[in-house]
Amino acid sequence: MVKSLIEITNETGLHARPASEFVKVAKNYKSDVFLQKEDKKINAKSILGILALCLNKGSKAEIIVDGEDEGMAMEALTDLINNMVE
Amino acid sequence: MKGIGASQGIAIGKVFLLEKVEVIPNDTKIDMDSVEDELNRLEKAKEKTKDQLSKLYDDTIAKVGEKEASIFDAHLMLIDDPILEHKFKGYVSNNFYVAETAVRLAMNEVSHMFEELDDEYLRERAGDVIDVCTRLIYNLAEVEIVNLQDLSEEVIVVSKNLTPSDTVSMNFNKVLGFATDMGGKTSHVAIIARSLEIPAVVGMKNIFSKVENDDILIIDGCDGTVIINPTEEEITIYRSKQKELKEEKNELQKLADKEAITIDGRRVKIAANVGIEKDVYNALKNGAEAIGLYRTEFQYMDRVSLPTESELFEAYKNVAVKMGDKQVIVRTFDIGGDKHINYLNCPQEMNPFLGYRAIRLCLDRKDIFKTQLKAILRASNYGNLMIMYPMITHIEQVRQANEILNQAKLELHNQKIKFNRNIEVGIMIETPAAATIADLLIKEVDFFSIGTNDLTQYTIAVDRGNQKIEYLYNSYHPAVLRLIKKVIDESHKAGKWTGMCGEFAGDEKAAVLLLGLGLDEFSMSPTSMTKVKRIIRKCNYSSSKKIAEDLLNISSVDEVENYLDNYINNNNLKEG
Repeated sequence: MVKSLIEITNETGLHARPASEFVKVAKNYKSDVFLQKEDKKINAKSILGILALCLNKGSKAEIIVDGEDEGMAMEALTDLINNMVE
Repeated sequence: MKGIGASQGIAIGKVFLLEKVEVIPNDTKIDMDSVEDELNRLEKAKEKTKDQLSKLYDDTIAKVGEKEASIFDAHLMLIDDPILEHKFKGYVSNNFYVAETAVRLAMNEVSHMFEELDDEYLRERAGDVIDVCTRLIYNLAEVEIVNLQDLSEEVIVVSKNLTPSDTVSMNFNKVLGFATDMGGKTSHVAIIARSLEIPAVVGMKNIFSKVENDDILIIDGCDGTVIINPTEEEITIYRSKQKELKEEKNELQKLADKEAITIDGRRVKIAANVGIEKDVYNALKNGAEAIGLYRTEFQYMDRVSLPTESELFEAYKNVAVKMGDKQVIVRTFDIGGDKHINYLNCPQEMNPFLGYRAIRLCLDRKDIFKTQLKAILRASNYGNLMIMYPMITHIEQVRQANEILNQAKLELHNQKIKFNRNIEVGIMIETPAAATIADLLIKEVDFFSIGTNDLTQYTIAVDRGNQKIEYLYNSYHPAVLRLIKKVIDESHKAGKWTGMCGEFAGDEKAAVLLLGLGLDEFSMSPTSMTKVKRIIRKCNYSSSKKIAEDLLNISSVDEVENYLDNYINNNNLKEG
């Protein structure tokens, strides 16, 4: 299992298109992907889960990936977060 | 019955009631042994739902556009969402509910969760969850989802309301017209109907409960009349009206590729006002020589955050390419007033039309403005674009806006991105202040475009939405006419030109007068262009000038209108 702390920096936050992009990328990997904000942890392959987490610009959260391709998945997801501009 | 005529034309035909069926809740429980079967049934219904959604997505991309289709892509993601999936399965496997009930319970739970959140965007997502789950329930219950794709005969669609997902799946070849209980002139159904040139009457309040399938209906989208089960005589009357309209339309269509030139050789430009992509198609079909007003507000609406430079660029480029070498005047966004955008967090105002809107907002939020200007500049490399600033009252606003434009140019230059360095810049004249100092403003810009809707509202100080005083709103008021004259004259003195992009420009009766005042470009909704062209082609410029001069000295609005009505009738200007 790998964990990585992220901060949301794009204007929209993890909503709308950025959120669905995140789900699409997460689904490319076999590993389980979770997002945890404070004590709330959700399945990050669920758009509903991500939306309900209300990750706005400036929010901090932890990406948790667990499974055979966890390294690759984590790299792809943190890249995505860091390059979100919208 | 009377409603609001939202799209011109007459339709006579059978009623097709677009009814949304309710699946009756079923709380029966299943045996422990049938859990597996029930889960299989759920899985099959899900697959069916996904197929429908994919098809809707593809059809919408093909027929309407990618932006409109994206909703079905979102639905496709929802139907596979692990949270919903987990809840569906839980209600079946642990609580032994039938699948329909399981889906309904999950739907309620999740949609309530979103409805309670303090965020408008998320509350709307609750609607998506309900939409998708309802579709799934229909498929489980094997209730046929009314599919307007398969209409077998020509019908008039009657509904309480029509949503985008109702209309995208419609086979428009079989739809003669629309009549709905809800909606106004700018509602979704009205816009769709106009762009497809199908008659529509909206805001009927209770037509849905008054008619049945196969009733015969006449709808007149010009004046909003609807007749249920008309007499033979009424049908005959409307058939002949319909024929007249159709003949007129055919006649007018012949004018589409002709020039707007008077008998004595004065040539003016007939241009279109556009907002959405479909308008550009209609503009070209009806012979637009230019786009006199490209409204750019739509790219900012119905979303949760600002559009990016590349999104805007793509939209502008698209229009620029479609129009080729024809000029396209891009008006920078006119937000504020009655067009409120949530994510900009603009405070509520007592007098929004006198408040923080258009160029005032742009010069305050320079970052947003510069992004738009850069997008327009980038697109200027692909066509013949011009820029226009709205709501100018002060000369400093023009200078400041141009300053930001220069910064935008510099940034693009440094990024080595190509654009038209000599892009022309104009302003909208829609305040009495701007009209009065037109002689000073023209020194700073390349052209003017008169926005008569606001100019009339501000000159006469009348709120069009207030029913008690809306009768005062009239662009034939001599004060408005004199301002129009001043603006045109000042631009000509400076060797420049003036267009008009308010509703007045598309008013057949006003055409003679505006021609006489020297207007160079008439920009209007695409469907009015040929009518105005017809009048201009029958006019004499020198006599129009005299008429305009006379009318500026008539003090009463009624007299001005009567004079023009008589002139048009006496000279048969409206005939082919």
